[in-house]
Amino acid sequence: MSETITAMPGTTDVSAASVHQMSMQQALNRALDEVLADNPKTVIFGEDCGRLGGVFRITDGLQAKHGEDRVFDTPLAESGILGMSVGLAMAGFHPIPEVQFDGFAYPAINQIVCQIARMNYRSRGTLPMPITLRVPSFGGIRAPEHHGESLEALFAHVPGLKVVSPSNPHDAYHLLKYAATRPDPVIFMEPKSRYWQKGPVNLSSAATEVSANDDGTAPSGSLTGARVAREGRHVTLVAWGAMVSRCLQVAELAAEDGIDIEVLDLRWLKPIDAEALARSVGKTRRAVVVHEAPLTSGLGAEVAQLITQSCFATLKAPVERVTGFDVPYPSGDLEDEYIPNIDRILFGIQRVLEYRRG
Amino acid sequence: MTTEPVLAAVDDDAAPLTHHQLRELYTLMAAVRHLDTSAVAWQRQGIIPAYAPELGQEAAQVGSGYAVDRTRDFVFPTYREMGVARAMGLDMVGYMSTHKATWHGGMYNPLESRFAPIQAVVAGSVLHAVGWAHGQTLAGQPTGEMGVAMTYFGDGASSQGDVHEAMNFAAVMKAPVVFFIQNNGWAISVPTERQVAGGSVAARAAGYGIPSLQVDGNDVVAVFEATRSAFAHCRAGNGPVVIEAMTYRRGPHSTADDPGRYRTLNEERLDAGEDPLERFKQRLLAEAIADEAFFAEAQRLAEEEEETIRRGIEDLGPRPGAEMFGLVFQEPTPALQSQATAWREESEHV
Repeated sequence: MSETITAMPGTTDVSAASVHQMSMQQALNRALDEVLADNPKTVIFGEDCGRLGGVFRITDGLQAKHGEDRVFDTPLAESGILGMSVGLAMAGFHPIPEVQFDGFAYPAINQIVCQIARMNYRSRGTLPMPITLRVPSFGGIRAPEHHGESLEALFAHVPGLKVVSPSNPHDAYHLLKYAATRPDPVIFMEPKSRYWQKGPVNLSSAATEVSANDDGTAPSGSLTGARVAREGRHVTLVAWGAMVSRCLQVAELAAEDGIDIEVLDLRWLKPIDAEALARSVGKTRRAVVVHEAPLTSGLGAEVAQLITQSCFATLKAPVERVTGFDVPYPSGDLEDEYIPNIDRILFGIQRVLEYRRG
Repeated sequence: MTTEPVLAAVDDDAAPLTHHQLRELYTLMAAVRHLDTSAVAWQRQGIIPAYAPELGQEAAQVGSGYAVDRTRDFVFPTYREMGVARAMGLDMVGYMSTHKATWHGGMYNPLESRFAPIQAVVAGSVLHAVGWAHGQTLAGQPTGEMGVAMTYFGDGASSQGDVHEAMNFAAVMKAPVVFFIQNNGWAISVPTERQVAGGSVAARAAGYGIPSLQVDGNDVVAVFEATRSAFAHCRAGNGPVVIEAMTYRRGPHSTADDPGRYRTLNEERLDAGEDPLERFKQRLLAEAIADEAFFAEAQRLAEEEEETIRRGIEDLGPRPGAEMFGLVFQEPTPALQSQATAWREESEHV
């Protein structure tokens, strides 16, 4: 269970009573619990979401507390889960469906792309789709095939969808509560390798506009945009999901060599906070995008273009990308070779620092 | 043919259709027939770019649509349900606007019409009906008064995996859904025997424990009564029903199709069976429910109605381009707003 801790030095708008140390799994569970309590039209469903509480226990205890009409198991069919969400939304409900693992979104892609993303448009705004699709995402847990995929570029490319990924328990709690009260469909990508890491969560609703950093210091950034996870002067690392904590590790190591790294946690992958990118890279003049998804046509390309657009005149080097490879996501034994590791991120930083024109 | 399990609440004691209702059904079918054949002509005349005719399916569509209670039910159509739309009293200019290429989903209000936006994905909305219907259960609608979802699809669409998922979900959740299949013999060029293993979509229902009815889809009264029974079953909280209306697509798949490449005129004549409109007319005459003056009047009304709808369609201008951007989200993204601004500056020179 979460334990109350005292406010940390340097934080603002943090009353001791409302800051709790909890894992992302606990933070997400708490957010869902509160959303169910706040809005009687909210329904949570998917494979094993009910009695079991989900394979990651994100919906643990919610059926017992809120009833089988609010939190329920569906047959094992993702297209059915997402297609049903459309009809429930048309009937005035606010569905929060879960696909159990990222790779299982593929069987539902027709309902996500052709139906959920388009119904508001097709119906000329009369049938909004307030659907929050929770997708345990990304790799890092030595899982079977199709359990470690990064689908953000696919989703972000689809008109009508919004995409968000929290990197820490505090953001997970507030971003899920925020997404679940929006009138548009949001793909909520949970970094499954970070489910069990604890961090401070300020449960105060006043904390929705700010976000405590991983060390509890220097809150920054509106919940609807990116977040400066670490301030620095020399290079900006742009990341989301599980890669944020890895980039923070890299920043600590680079600091030993006198390199001052800024880490920008993008959070929203659609819409991307272009102003935050411009602000950060306008200052550092060098950027490396880090993501787990394959390189080609990955979201890093979009980020690089946005940075080029706003910072071309002052950039010291082309934007670098440190990403997964253009290969099917490998088995656990090769996972560490695939996911950007500390060395590869440091090499990327070195390339932008040592770049010379001509 | 009824296969086990059977309807739990067959409305055997429901009153037979009155003469007035029978005449109303004919008037609707005549209006649909005339609008449908006219729409093909509109396409040939360049008034609309394309149309998907439902010629021959008037009984299946009008008979089923006539059973819908617009105060509580909801219909999920495909792109060939003009007859259902007309029977439910939709704004037909709004409906036909999809064929004018004005707006994909149509310009009618789906919530007020109780008729979901026109759906171009084959079997795309079958699952939506299940979700909507389960919503009626979750909303705690009293048994006997539940709103019912009716979803339309064809023999071709029955091959889609979503149809299986929908029937299974609906049966597991006892959702009040009527799966209304129009088996019209053809999925563009592929005949039912190359499409539906076992020859009947209704027969599959037994595997889900869903009662099913296979009806003569060219008999408007039989279709209406089957649909009314199904609605009664669903309303009483007994779960879903499958209806397979056996009919025939007398026209092409669409105005871009050429049936001569896959069936001969002789085959069409042999397979189409009786014309549902003519057949109903003969019945009404034989039973002295209507006379020739009535049919002439029905035709006159149909022509008048078509003219009004055609004028409405001709008067429909293109939608403002700003709607492309404005209707994607309830809360537009900054990127989309800046694209809209750039479009306005570069296209409208403002």
